[in-house]
Amino acid sequence: MGEPQAYISGIGMSEVGVRLKRRPLLLTVDAIREALDDAGLVAGQIDGVATYPGKMPTYLGFSPVSSDDVIEALGLKTRWHLGAQEMTAQLGAIAAAAMAVKAGRARHVLCFRTVYEAGALADPDEYPPMHRKEVSGASQWTAPFYAISAANWVAQYATRHMARYGMTREQLSAIAINAHRNAALNPRAIVKEPLSAEKYFAARMISTPFCLYDCDRFTDASTVIIVSAGDALDEITATPVRIAATAGSVERYSWDQAEWPGSYATGKALWDHSDYGPSDLDIAQLYDGFAFHPITWLEGLGICPTGEGHRFVEGGTRIALDGVLPMNTSGGQLGAGRLHGFGFAHESVVQLRGLGGDRQISGNPSLAVATSGGGPMAAALLLARD
Amino acid sequence: MSFGPPRPRPRLTAENRAFWTGGASGELMICRCGDCDQWLHPPQPICRHCWSENVSPQPASGRGRIDSFTINHQPWMPGLEVPFVIARVALEEDESIFLTTNIIGCAPTDVAVDDPVVVTFSEEDGIFFPLFERAG
Repeated sequence: MGEPQAYISGIGMSEVGVRLKRRPLLLTVDAIREALDDAGLVAGQIDGVATYPGKMPTYLGFSPVSSDDVIEALGLKTRWHLGAQEMTAQLGAIAAAAMAVKAGRARHVLCFRTVYEAGALADPDEYPPMHRKEVSGASQWTAPFYAISAANWVAQYATRHMARYGMTREQLSAIAINAHRNAALNPRAIVKEPLSAEKYFAARMISTPFCLYDCDRFTDASTVIIVSAGDALDEITATPVRIAATAGSVERYSWDQAEWPGSYATGKALWDHSDYGPSDLDIAQLYDGFAFHPITWLEGLGICPTGEGHRFVEGGTRIALDGVLPMNTSGGQLGAGRLHGFGFAHESVVQLRGLGGDRQISGNPSLAVATSGGGPMAAALLLARD
Repeated sequence: MSFGPPRPRPRLTAENRAFWTGGASGELMICRCGDCDQWLHPPQPICRHCWSENVSPQPASGRGRIDSFTINHQPWMPGLEVPFVIARVALEEDESIFLTTNIIGCAPTDVAVDDPVVVTFSEEDGIFFPLFERAG
């Protein structure tokens, strides 16, 4: 017997949209049903639940459903559960579930991320907006200067990269254009049409160098990943995908104190935990809450040298579906919707199983990286189909 | 100076009070370790370098360098007057300490990475927000 392994055994996704009427707990249940059917499991076999960042009563749209809510609503009997904000980043919930099944604390863990930021804005009575008149914690160092959105924080990392390494907006535009092109082939994506360079450059600025198309937008959806123990695979009917390595990091709590995003430390650490290297990757699903993030992940993961990410994506050919390293094949968050990290794990599994339909890459891919996080915290999963 | 709506106001605590009110005497108060002399930010009661608890707010020079910036065009709050510059200033005392701030006193398009800057304070209801202007 080798060392214990963890696998993704099932995936599910709710309807993805903007201002959906269906309640977020029920969107979560929709995604759970789909994931259970996919895995060939029933609710009684689930003995663990994990989510990021846990329910946030002060900002319900960002995270309206807790692991406790799911356990209660569905009558689950769990031996291990988690809902935590203070962790590496979104995909850290899946990494934690992998540790739990390897340690024998659970056999099948439902991991979910439910977002309802658009729906919440449309229903402020039910989902009160975040109070911004008085700020504390990390936001006190940014919000008083009207640096209210992560767009402002991440834009400064991008400006810094431009000043140091010469990244241009033309190079940056390749990320959004690739995302839209792939999203147009994904029936669940909120974006339905490709994006031309003309349209990109005509778009209004949000926070330089980011224009409208460089920013993901509020989306309502739930994404579910079931993580199962290696010795429980005989209960699974779908093609399992092995969680070959996980990594995560956080160095500073206040976003403005980190010199560079956590993608650099996490990307490097991922390879320390596996026998693979960046040249083994068939697909990259890289967090793109803002278009600059994938540049940092390409560099952090060592897919290209630091300071070369913008040249790697230039023109979009290397990252296209038929490129040397297809990236964000579902459209990522810029195209498919702000699924907040979990979408990258979901799409990795779709591609590794060869079920991507019109957007399926060729060549029978067997190794994918999925990442999340764009500030000082970051998490990554290396996913293999054996 | 405000850019329209009142600035979101920090809730004052034992740790952050000196930073947010030091501008009353024209001083940018940054925590410093009395044992290893390292500067610390955000303020905290223990030195992250040597774990000494001999930490107190000390006046910094108020000079720094623009580590990075963005010209914000999006009115995140009703009435917010755009565009304006949000910047991250590296302090002269220790370039690994950054303050998020606004650069005022020049056109947004005149701001560049590495510009030297100096602090100026904008008071709103007892809070002295440290903003920066290009030096020289």
